[in-house]
Amino acid sequence: MSDTNTLLTAKDFTSSQEPKWCPGCGDHAVLQQLKNAMADLGLKPEEVIVVSGIGCSSRLPYYVSTYGVHGIHGRAMAMASGLKTARPDLSVWVATGDGDALSIGGNHYIHTVRRNLDMNVILFNNEIYGLTKGQYSPTSKVGLKTVTSPNGVVDYPMNTAALTLGSGGTFVARVLDRDGKFMREVFKRAAHHKGTSVVEIYQNCPIYNDGAFAVFTDKERKADTTVYLEQDKPLVFGAQQDKGIKLDGFTPVIVDLTDSSVSKDDLWIHDEKDKLKANILAGFFDDPDTMENCLPRPIGIFYVEDRFTYENALDEQIAQAQSGGEGTLEELLAGPSTWTIK
Amino acid sequence: MSDQIILNNENMVTSKTSVSVLFAGDSGDGMQLTGTQFANTVAVYGSDLNTFPNFPSEIRAPAGTISGVSGFQLQFGSKAVYTPGAKFDVMVAMNAAALKANLKNLHHGGIILANTDGFDAKNLKLAGYGEENNPLDDGTLKDYTVFTIPVVTLTRKALADTGLSTKNIDRCKNMFVLGTLYWLYSLPIETTIETLRTKFKKKADVAEANIKAVKAGYNFGDETEMFSQHGRFSVDPANKKPGIYRRVTGNEASAIGLTAAAKKAGIELFLGSYPITPASEILQTLSGLKKWGVKTFQAEDEIAGVLTSIGASYGGALAATNTSGPGLALKAEGLGLAMILEVPLVVVNVQRGGPSTGLPTKPEQSDLFIAMFGRHGDAPVPIIAATSPVDCFYAAYEAAKIAVEYMTPVICLTDGYLALSSEPMLIPSPEDLAEITPKLAKARNEDDPPYLPYKRDDRGVREWAIPGTKGLEHRIGGLEKQHETGHVSHDPENHALMTRLRAEKVERVIDLVPDQTIDNGPENGDLLVLGWGSTYGAIKIAVEQALAGGCNVAHAHLRYLNPFPKNLGQILGNYKKILIPENNNGQLIHIIRDKFQIEPIGFSKVQGLPFNEMEIEAKITDILKEL
Repeated sequence: MSDTNTLLTAKDFTSSQEPKWCPGCGDHAVLQQLKNAMADLGLKPEEVIVVSGIGCSSRLPYYVSTYGVHGIHGRAMAMASGLKTARPDLSVWVATGDGDALSIGGNHYIHTVRRNLDMNVILFNNEIYGLTKGQYSPTSKVGLKTVTSPNGVVDYPMNTAALTLGSGGTFVARVLDRDGKFMREVFKRAAHHKGTSVVEIYQNCPIYNDGAFAVFTDKERKADTTVYLEQDKPLVFGAQQDKGIKLDGFTPVIVDLTDSSVSKDDLWIHDEKDKLKANILAGFFDDPDTMENCLPRPIGIFYVEDRFTYENALDEQIAQAQSGGEGTLEELLAGPSTWTIK
Repeated sequence: MSDQIILNNENMVTSKTSVSVLFAGDSGDGMQLTGTQFANTVAVYGSDLNTFPNFPSEIRAPAGTISGVSGFQLQFGSKAVYTPGAKFDVMVAMNAAALKANLKNLHHGGIILANTDGFDAKNLKLAGYGEENNPLDDGTLKDYTVFTIPVVTLTRKALADTGLSTKNIDRCKNMFVLGTLYWLYSLPIETTIETLRTKFKKKADVAEANIKAVKAGYNFGDETEMFSQHGRFSVDPANKKPGIYRRVTGNEASAIGLTAAAKKAGIELFLGSYPITPASEILQTLSGLKKWGVKTFQAEDEIAGVLTSIGASYGGALAATNTSGPGLALKAEGLGLAMILEVPLVVVNVQRGGPSTGLPTKPEQSDLFIAMFGRHGDAPVPIIAATSPVDCFYAAYEAAKIAVEYMTPVICLTDGYLALSSEPMLIPSPEDLAEITPKLAKARNEDDPPYLPYKRDDRGVREWAIPGTKGLEHRIGGLEKQHETGHVSHDPENHALMTRLRAEKVERVIDLVPDQTIDNGPENGDLLVLGWGSTYGAIKIAVEQALAGGCNVAHAHLRYLNPFPKNLGQILGNYKKILIPENNNGQLIHIIRDKFQIEPIGFSKVQGLPFNEMEIEAKITDILKEL
């Protein structure tokens, strides 16, 4: 793999099938950036496989001209895990949604993340069930009125980043569907990471949950409600880059950078290798629509850890077992102990 | 049985054609090991045999109680042995609870070897006899031949000079009993001695102590006056086909069968699996076959077990998953996906008592319906049922062949009885195994016409396009797909066509299914006993005995449950009555009735126990009386 590829472009990763997502759906942007990233990465279509579950976003494999399997609801991670274990040579991508990965597929999600197979999970979070027409999802905000919560959701929402870190995730990122270029770069980082990379996308559903992330994407509010994570850079946000975050013990606090008593040197410096800090960052989860002056929502790469991958560890065990030669069919059939009858 | 009595210098020796033995004791007494040693010895000696372990479902049930009793049953004989024996001829009871739990299954007049040290006040109380009521001397056992041996006392005496602790010496008591039993059945002790030396290679003192205990037990037989009245017994070697043998349990055989199929097909074996009784040994066995390149994936649940396998199958592996009833229910949606994707997949379902958690450690044949019908939509899959522990190897192998060559999931049914039973397996040579030929799609160039993933050959089978192959990039999924192109299609006519094509493909598996044969008895006549799966042994013996008694009865045993052999209907028409014994509440009978419009006689046993030959023979006799 290389980042420069003169041969292929996003077009080469486009299948003959027209995407059937609604106009204005965030999925279109994700598909485009995924294809861009694949071309940038110099991947060959025959070496790539996109696996998905069920849901609007899970239709994605049909629109990419690589190998692809559209599975059953919630099971994309399991299917991809088996595939990657059998075929470590392939570049495996998973397209899944908040319902697919975190509700019906929650069990597969946490176990896949902890096993750390080398694959890239694109988790489209629109905080709603779109394909089944507008029921609330495990990430829907409390109070959201939907067809199955006419009086408002009373389920407390799941925090993807915290769940992923808690499950032993080794690459945890969050991006916005509106940030095309940024998304493309995060996808590439995810692909380069040797392990299960999770990229959660805040993705707008214009039909059933329009504006769910407007508080983070609207030009007027974005600067105050989000903080972009950059390696070795302080956590600074605000329209004038006038606010910062520092740690008071383990407690993050917002500081006013226009206050002369505040030094930029005291700010939290982002370090994606720091698990403790990543866990605190994942806890920046308050809703600016319902809470004033809450911590901004982090966007970018929270955490990266180098850890062995499941498939490599298994392959090493097999190589070890075969160090004296691969077992033959004769040996297999004979087993450890035999006797002869004449 | 005609027992021949030979008198020799020391003891009279009675020759037997077959003997069923039960080793029973507390779960800490090492009965499984003892039974296994005995089985290995008789196997090497040349007997035919069949073993079955019977242990408590609790890992550490209270010592000395009935629920803590662990048993190992085996039958060995000079003629073919098909079951561990309906009842046993001889029982080793290491404590009072072992006796109480198993006495009902000892033949009238059978032999009991009782360890009197396990019949003290405490053990009698724990077994529920009452401290004062020792069955060994209160007349309870007057109908049996009882040999009372203070096994612990004698073992301690024999091993006093080994320097081992009393605790470690007591652990050898099972070897003492084993030695005595070898003496009683005129068997050599060398096989066990060799095994002990290998097993305790790094603990020579333990090995030698165990060997000493075996020898002491054997010598005890020689020296004691106890056996002089009854003498010894012998069982001649069986007239088995010459060749090299190994002993396998059904679960081991299933695991080896899958691996052999992958080797023969030239592809990698992948098993996605979640532990479940009584199927876990398949996962355990395969996880130890890394030398053969086997990849096992212990998944987070049954659903992931099948879905990881489907992923691996799409990737080009011979993918399998193993489970038991509750797990098969959870895998149902995944099986439907594999069916519509048309990828190879083998599901080895080791049936147990159901529904729900049911009787997890007990065998049943009650998953035939779920195997046949347990998916939403029209989703037929081929089904094979193994008939014996060794046949688990061939059934798994054939299931893999069908899966790969027909691009379909296949269910291979075994059960808890076959899974844990063992018998000698004549080791086949690799050339004896049928070829398995995956139909792989070839790489394509840019100017070739687009690849059609659902283009079928004349058998209705699509090609296997392995990711990584240039020019075959294609997207498939659980949505209905257009004929040939595989594109998503909601077209009504197309769905009807694809439903038909998928069903016809499974029907065409019949080309691989050999004609049904009559196992025993006349080609036509009064009664056909039609069995499937693990009832083979019991039916085999029952029909043999009924034939010997002059009954007009035959035995046919189904291995292929979907599709049925071509000539099955014709065979069924050759008999006045059809009897279908099943370890379920009547499942095959429904399918036979539906398919062939006949009215067979059902015979169900749902006690979590396999049939025994007496039950079936009695049923045969009853039916024939009424004809």
